[in-house]
Amino acid sequence: MKEYSYTEKKDTRSGFGLGLLDVARKNPDVVGLCADLTGSLKMNDFQKEFPERFFQVGIAEANMMGVAAGLSIGGKIPYTGTFANFSTGRAYDQIRQSIAYSEKNVKICASHAGLTLGEDGATHQMLEDIGMMRMLPNMKVVVPCDHNQTRLATAAIARHHGPFYLRFGRPKVPNFTSLDEEFEIGKAIRLTEGGDVSIFATGHLVWEALEAGRELYKQGIRADIFNVHTIKPLDAESIIQSVARTKCAVTAEEHQVHGGLGDAIAHLLAEHHPVPMQMIAVSDSFGESGKPHELMKKYGLSAGNISDAVSKVLKRKR
Amino acid sequence: MKDINELKDIATQVRRDVLRMVYGAQSGHPGGPLGCADLLTALYFRVMKHNPGDFSMDGAGEDLFFLSNGHLSAGWYSVLAHSGYFDKKELATFRLIDSRLQGHPATEEGLPGVRVASGSLGQGLSVACGAALAKRLNKDPQIVYCLMGDGEQQEGQIWEAAMFAAGREIDNIIGIVDYNGQQIDGAVNDVMPLGDLHAKYKAFGWEVLEMDGNKMEEVINTLEKARSLCGNKKPVVILMRTEMGYGVDFMMGTHEWHGKPPNDEQFEKAIANFKETLGDY
Repeated sequence: MKEYSYTEKKDTRSGFGLGLLDVARKNPDVVGLCADLTGSLKMNDFQKEFPERFFQVGIAEANMMGVAAGLSIGGKIPYTGTFANFSTGRAYDQIRQSIAYSEKNVKICASHAGLTLGEDGATHQMLEDIGMMRMLPNMKVVVPCDHNQTRLATAAIARHHGPFYLRFGRPKVPNFTSLDEEFEIGKAIRLTEGGDVSIFATGHLVWEALEAGRELYKQGIRADIFNVHTIKPLDAESIIQSVARTKCAVTAEEHQVHGGLGDAIAHLLAEHHPVPMQMIAVSDSFGESGKPHELMKKYGLSAGNISDAVSKVLKRKR
Repeated sequence: MKDINELKDIATQVRRDVLRMVYGAQSGHPGGPLGCADLLTALYFRVMKHNPGDFSMDGAGEDLFFLSNGHLSAGWYSVLAHSGYFDKKELATFRLIDSRLQGHPATEEGLPGVRVASGSLGQGLSVACGAALAKRLNKDPQIVYCLMGDGEQQEGQIWEAAMFAAGREIDNIIGIVDYNGQQIDGAVNDVMPLGDLHAKYKAFGWEVLEMDGNKMEEVINTLEKARSLCGNKKPVVILMRTEMGYGVDFMMGTHEWHGKPPNDEQFEKAIANFKETLGDY
């Protein structure tokens, strides 16, 4: 089994901060907007280096989305930064009308997504954002798995015209991908090859899927593990090819079971290649305060839960 | 440059178009665009620098107009067509299936002149602020206009944008509030009073002008004055008193004609108020 390792844990939001600098240095049209969370989003260095291209909008996310749409009309590539809940639910109608329906080249960058936001609790733990954003026509949805990949994804989305939702998080997590990799939007990355079960994971759950894969390997189970960093457009070809061999699938994400990656893959497979599936996700509940790792354990989003789901789905396999 | 009488003739044709479009579709909003026909005409045929024959999304080197109260689409489409953005024959497709002239303005079908979708209220001023900032970054000295409704001032996002424009010293933007005092459920004062709108904008840090939006000379003069106030580190807003349904006696002074089409008899009565000045579509 292909081994993955890391030398340090790093937060994905810092990857975003660096990616924004990377892309802004290359492309003078890139501008940044933030709703009073510059430090949390790691946008300070961008602000320092490009003060005339940074717009502090205050705690006014609806306005921020509209201003971003307007900037894109003038040829700019606006990156908006705030937490995932304020990036989506707070400003959904503005995103829908002024950005998605209007086909604006706005990159909505959302940090502190999911349970791993931690102690602030359910008010801030956005678990419905992938669903809301992938329902919008014209919107693309990218959820990178670690610091390096977030950095690459941040730059990559500027190369595609149109609205994007880029989702990342708060805590330090294993940084195991390489900056030398090409980040190809819409192309899932196969991390390990195996013929027994397909595991499709996104965001922070990708590392958990790899850990589950190591345990399963010891039990003689060979998993085909994918990092599905782009949820829309979904890499239908890779997913269908994988389940055609493994004949069963487990999905894993830090999101509600409704509307997320599992839903997207279930829809795809139901139409094209039905196989037994198990979904690792939050089961129709809000989160709560706690440490990130405690929350992931309590809400069933850890490597052990993925392994258990694999055991279940293998029993259902024909 | 069009003189006042020519502008009045154009506004008459715009009102005629609005009635025919809403009547033809048996759907739409006649009251608002009848009230704003003078303003839209003044902007597109006299005040704004723009390139109707060569529409570009970025509008570099042009003045830009955003219609935040998108339900005034019939009036805007008429002005866009007569300006030369698209063939006026297309006005006949208003609100019909497969048309570029959506009930509320949209960009998906690529209708020249439209830069953002609007209809869900409160969003246009934010977009206009962003477009104005882009002009500043691009060293483009032109102006961004944004028309809003008075009922629309009840939306919180308007005040987010108002605070932002003043706070960021956006001084290449002119907001215009269509102060006709009516909204869907009734008089604005009954539905949700706006209080002293002049004082509110002023307190937010805007230059505030007022005008009668149904007197062409006053509209031109006030728009020119607003333009002269640009560039002074403050955004400018014009509170424009209009009569919803202007020019049609039974449509004025009521909210009844905000969003309903006339029947045959009502249409005949209404259309008689406006002679064909530029030629019907």
